[in-house]
Amino acid sequence: MKPAPFGYAKARSIEDAVALLAQHGEQAKLLAGGQSLIATLNMRLSAPRLLIDINGISGLSGIALKNGHVEIGAITRHVEIERSDVIARHAPLIAMAMPHIGHPAIRNRGTIGGSIAFADPAAELPGCLLALGGSVEIAGPKGRRTVQADDFFKGLYETALSPHEILTLIRVPAAASMSRYGFAELARRHGDYAVAGLAASAHADGSGLKDIRLAFFGVDLTPLRAKGAEAALAAGDVEKAVATLASDLDPPDDVQETGPVKKHLAGVLLRRVAAQLSRTRA
Amino acid sequence: MNEFCDITLTVNGERVSERVEARKSLVDFLREDLTLTGSHVGCEHGVCGACTVRVNGEIVRGCLMLAVQCDGASVETIEGVSDSGEITDLQNAFQTRNALQCGFCTPGMLLTAQDLLSSGHAPSRDEIREHISGNYCRCTGYHAIVDAVEAVAQARKGSRK
Repeated sequence: MKPAPFGYAKARSIEDAVALLAQHGEQAKLLAGGQSLIATLNMRLSAPRLLIDINGISGLSGIALKNGHVEIGAITRHVEIERSDVIARHAPLIAMAMPHIGHPAIRNRGTIGGSIAFADPAAELPGCLLALGGSVEIAGPKGRRTVQADDFFKGLYETALSPHEILTLIRVPAAASMSRYGFAELARRHGDYAVAGLAASAHADGSGLKDIRLAFFGVDLTPLRAKGAEAALAAGDVEKAVATLASDLDPPDDVQETGPVKKHLAGVLLRRVAAQLSRTRA
Repeated sequence: MNEFCDITLTVNGERVSERVEARKSLVDFLREDLTLTGSHVGCEHGVCGACTVRVNGEIVRGCLMLAVQCDGASVETIEGVSDSGEITDLQNAFQTRNALQCGFCTPGMLLTAQDLLSSGHAPSRDEIREHISGNYCRCTGYHAIVDAVEAVAQARKGSRK
């Protein structure tokens, strides 16, 4: 349970990190909060030759409200997000997810960029990013680019990031008066990875809802939108939305639960989240 | 690529300079290089909480942080907070309430409980359970631990009045 030997380099800037990645390619891994990476190194599930520590890069951390969006630097730690007034007011879905992420000691180190770049299928923040229709900024050898959440998650631990790129910023639309959010997850122990979870956003439309985005996590290889259920919910039919999950989702078995149980739990979560979404925001 | 790095940090108030392997975790560094064996190594992948220590005042998993990342940091272990008297009341309450049997989880449990108590308000039993949810105890069970933490929370609240 000790990692294989690796070298260690501290990146001084984003450009420095990109240059190190260009030099070492797939032999190198970026070290952000380390709360997943170091566990996988300890278990020798991965054995990079070099860790590029990006924790010291100034400008990669921080939370700001800008042009109707909330921008969060990639190495902003969960604990900073949890305590942030900007997040509580302008990105309440992320605030709702925070208490479910790991435990206090994990949240003191773990970062939002690390969570999204690692893309564990059962993690909360990838689900939130997808539910919010956010985007990520990526820096690489060819410069900077933006990728929408809908295009970012590609497969199991697979994202639009190439081995030569670094995720630098997460951007989500700031909450408006008509915005509605819902979040629920089921885990064996509070703070563990979800057996199944649901992050959702919508806009109030008279007595109903529109622009609904239901992002399930822990039920497939990536966070996944349930588009049939979104349509049923927009038509005001919660029970039909739950029934539609049968065709929207096809969860594989994993170490925690079987696919059929996950599918059932997804319906439980959808009823809870539907109730949250139709509640008027305080 | 540097597989060995020189680091200088403060451990329990004392300045320490060592050459460490880059792959060495903080908790292994504390235990093996500094013989501070109060921090325990359980699961080594961030689940059990036995290796909990404080870095720059915040509790972290000692198995999920590298020693090399602590260059320039201030690290506190169970030895430090025991010697300083910071958690004497908590340690006494654990003893009085039978909140430990084998004691393996206790150093991590104490640091996590102190992290909650140092926020200044008296937490509910649910808040205590939530805060220690990342620390496994495999023999005593959590009831007596929650009792002890709650008793200290009440006592400290009383002494602040």
